[in-house]
Amino acid sequence: MPRPIASNEIDSRTAQDIVEAARQELGSPARRLFGRRLLTLGGLSMLTGCTVNGEGDAEKLLMQVSRLNDRAQAWLFDPTRLAPTYPASMITRPFPFNAYYGIDQVPRVAGSTYKLELGGLVADKRPWTLAELNALPQTSQITRHICVEGWSAIGQWGGVPFGLFLKRIGADLSARYVAFKCADDYYTSIDMPTALHPQTLLALRYGDQTLPAKYGYPMKLRMPTKLGYKNPKHIMAITVTNTYPGGYWEDQGYNWFGGS
Amino acid sequence: MMTKQTPQKTPAIHPAWLRTMHWLNAVAVIVMVLSGWRIYDASPIFGFSFPPGITLGGWLAGALLWHFAAMWLLAINGVLYLAFNLFTGRFARKFFPLRPAEILRDLGAALRGRLAHADLRHYNAVQKLAYLFVMVDIAVLVLSGLVIFKSVQFPLLRELMGGYDTARVVHFVAMSLLVAFFIVHVAMVALVPRTLLAMLRGR
Repeated sequence: MPRPIASNEIDSRTAQDIVEAARQELGSPARRLFGRRLLTLGGLSMLTGCTVNGEGDAEKLLMQVSRLNDRAQAWLFDPTRLAPTYPASMITRPFPFNAYYGIDQVPRVAGSTYKLELGGLVADKRPWTLAELNALPQTSQITRHICVEGWSAIGQWGGVPFGLFLKRIGADLSARYVAFKCADDYYTSIDMPTALHPQTLLALRYGDQTLPAKYGYPMKLRMPTKLGYKNPKHIMAITVTNTYPGGYWEDQGYNWFGGS
Repeated sequence: MMTKQTPQKTPAIHPAWLRTMHWLNAVAVIVMVLSGWRIYDASPIFGFSFPPGITLGGWLAGALLWHFAAMWLLAINGVLYLAFNLFTGRFARKFFPLRPAEILRDLGAALRGRLAHADLRHYNAVQKLAYLFVMVDIAVLVLSGLVIFKSVQFPLLRELMGGYDTARVVHFVAMSLLVAFFIVHVAMVALVPRTLLAMLRGR
């Protein structure tokens, strides 16, 4: 979620960072429309003569309530409660492709040279190859993927329990956030209790095949306890941190916790 | 502070707490319904969408922010409304007894335009039924909404609603019934404008 940026933070930013941030800002039509359109109700804003902009009091209040909702959801989240699982006959076929870009823009990550980078509060930051990840204990589950738009689909993901992986790399399990950077410029972050949930998977397979590019090759984080946009695909780097990392959709106004 | 009530004045038709909660509920319901239409449009269940111009939030994220802010107002105000009604005895006094024969009689009279509204302190049987119905309907909206919001965290509620996808249909049908109530409710107020004054200033 957008946080006020301290002036010393801005100073320490490189020019390249600022250009990159501006490019992303301009490249996202949703971002440009967010504040302005938040309050529109037909022609009501014109009728009342109110000027509606991104810095409006209503938007600030709504974002504060969204922070409150993050805390309420964290409080409600039961780390031992499992999402329902389904028989293979109930799998949605074909499982829908969904991203902030079209299927023709799916990134092609080279598996042979792939290395998962680790950062932040992690004891062993050695990068992981796909072969090493595949050598870890694997599990598989059939769960419901729920999109923030309302639709849902049942799919089967297989991979490494994420809690096991975090322990293996010596992550600080008392840290607040786990952040993800992806090959498609997507980024997001989750709370540590969800990261340690028994059904949270570092998914390397879909069904009985290697995770296809359209579903996030070489790996995605699959959490049946979170909405779809919290499940990053094409993960390139994982960081354990106490500094709020935000996310691609979260920075545009979608709720950060995004739990189900 | 002393109230400026003169002795000859009769007590308010609706107590101040009820009027306050009624209007807070009206605000919450309008925000919930209009933002809910925008959320529905992101992935319509049926073969139609709501015109964007009559929805609230501008886009999905904005609509969700409104929806998940107004839900607190709707839920907290609703629980307080029920608690005040039960503990003051207003609930039993105003809504009961409610007999089917009286409902049929008053419904017939209402449809012929012969239902008297001489005493706004007294609800006729159709009113009693309509207000009890809308209480139950909002409760169903909150519960089905909880399943959509938190289907993993409320397993019992999820199964009672028939699963995640069915909960969306329940939520939509309950919303439609609430809108139907709203239309009739406002139409009745237009027919008997004194009721609006009573809900605004108590008499």
